[in-house]
Amino acid sequence: MATSPDLSVSARTKYEPVIGLEVHVQLLTVTKIFCSCSTRFGDPPNTNVCPVCLGLPGALPVLNRKAVEYAVLAAMALNCRINETSIFARKNYFYPDLPKGYQISQYDKPLAEYGWIDVPGPKRIGITRLHLEEDAGKSLHEGFPDADQKTAIDLNRSGVPLIEIVSEPEISSPDEAYEYLTRLKEIILYTGVSDCNMEEGSLRCDANVSVRPRGQKEFGTKTEVKNVNSFRFIREALEYEIERQIEVIESGGRITQETRLYNAQEGKTYGMRSKEQAHDYRYFPEPDLLPLVVDEKRRSEIRKLLPELPEARRKRLVADYGITEYDAAVLTASKALADQFEVAAKSATNPKRVANLVQSELAGRLKAKGLSIEQSPISMKGVAQSADLVESGAISSKMLKDLYDLSFERNKDFSVVYEEEGRPQQSRDTSALEKTIDEVIASNPKQVEQYRAGKKTVAVFFVGQVMKASKGQANPQLVNELVAKKLGG
Amino acid sequence: MKVTEKDVAYVADLANLELSDQERARMLRDLNSILGHIDTLNELDTTNVQPMAQVSDRYDSKPGSDRFAYASREDVHEGLRKSLPHDIAVANAPDSNGTFFQVPKVIER
Repeated sequence: MATSPDLSVSARTKYEPVIGLEVHVQLLTVTKIFCSCSTRFGDPPNTNVCPVCLGLPGALPVLNRKAVEYAVLAAMALNCRINETSIFARKNYFYPDLPKGYQISQYDKPLAEYGWIDVPGPKRIGITRLHLEEDAGKSLHEGFPDADQKTAIDLNRSGVPLIEIVSEPEISSPDEAYEYLTRLKEIILYTGVSDCNMEEGSLRCDANVSVRPRGQKEFGTKTEVKNVNSFRFIREALEYEIERQIEVIESGGRITQETRLYNAQEGKTYGMRSKEQAHDYRYFPEPDLLPLVVDEKRRSEIRKLLPELPEARRKRLVADYGITEYDAAVLTASKALADQFEVAAKSATNPKRVANLVQSELAGRLKAKGLSIEQSPISMKGVAQSADLVESGAISSKMLKDLYDLSFERNKDFSVVYEEEGRPQQSRDTSALEKTIDEVIASNPKQVEQYRAGKKTVAVFFVGQVMKASKGQANPQLVNELVAKKLGG
Repeated sequence: MKVTEKDVAYVADLANLELSDQERARMLRDLNSILGHIDTLNELDTTNVQPMAQVSDRYDSKPGSDRFAYASREDVHEGLRKSLPHDIAVANAPDSNGTFFQVPKVIER
């Protein structure tokens, strides 16, 4: 990031940033929000278009019920209050990828309001509103022979259903903005209403940011940062923009309210040359659509579709499996992974051992190889199998470690490597073991005395010593039995 | 409420209209006459009247979500009116390269 060396630490701490985020999320419906054209990404340009989404005269929109269901589901997951009646409105502006000259959105009566997301701190960030709207088409400015003179328009995306989620201006740092977005995306992914794919534009984010002297109540003049296509870049763009604004104010200047584009290569934002009066959308109720009514009956039907959300699931995993919060966060990275883990854990004799293996054996190896848990050569099923083998005493934990190493080396699942290695078994040879135990007992007379004096817990010490001497190859259960027998006798 | 010439110029600009001086004067007259009519309507006390953006809003007695269910549809692609064939979709465009619609170079938003 291009931070200014001129800006002193004292200047920076004199101000506090105020950030609000607007997030657009594309809903995973099969057809568009107001017509039955396909929403498929990547189809040949202008093939999923019809009179409605081309804005041809006389065409009328008909609302997609699934889009409503998905929007309500997302709103519920974000703790919003659903308005029984909401109204579609026209947002009027001219742009070539907006064929009707207006976007059908919602304005003074949105679908949902008053939600929130909890971020680490802990801090609760308010969600002002969540509303339904249609997407615009796509403008292509480059990559054509006559690109210097013309802009090409693809209207396949025109009319694809979106929800817009507007946060309260309660975010007070770029890191907090990053956390808010990460959690928002995670929650939406859990609900399954969107794939939140930023490369394909299924999730887009604009940030409003201003700075004010610490302690001041009134907001400073804000700028809007657009054109940022990853959460990391949003954090960087905000960091840059905050420094820039402080610098302007510190040197006696004023912030101009404007839209700024982020250039990720340079790590800088640039003001757009735009008209003063650019933001007068002259909203009015959409006469072609009836009010949207989501009554209590419908709300309770939709509420039943709500899955267990990431935060709740993490808490439950910690409680049920005795794992750390960090590991619970790793295992809930996606709903699919968390589901796989739980199915595997429940199928194993000892679910907690599965969790512990993920934590102690899998996580470290993945980290060393720079793999995400989704890329792990050992599946959750494989972890469960290995846990059962240790549980039954068929293999030792040392052998498990070796088999895990082989899995990572060969990039094959545990079950495959276990077969390839000829289903190894740990030694149950008691004579060798007894000899080791005798040696350990002979060299630790003091502990033997303690044991015989009634301090039975000392047995743990002997088991540990024997396991160490056998380099982890011995069956701990067997060692337990033999140690108790020898010490008792 | 009265609109000024400045208001007319502002609204015309938002609507992408280029008006001659004559047209501008006529618009000023027409708009003020319309707003004068609205002023007359405003004399009525509408405190307890729900705003109505939709006439059909008045004529359906079914309760809750069933009320306007007829005006929505299932999320299915089959059996419904299909998208336009690509050549027909772009046929009436003032400018196209056969694949895309084309407009004069857009520089700013």
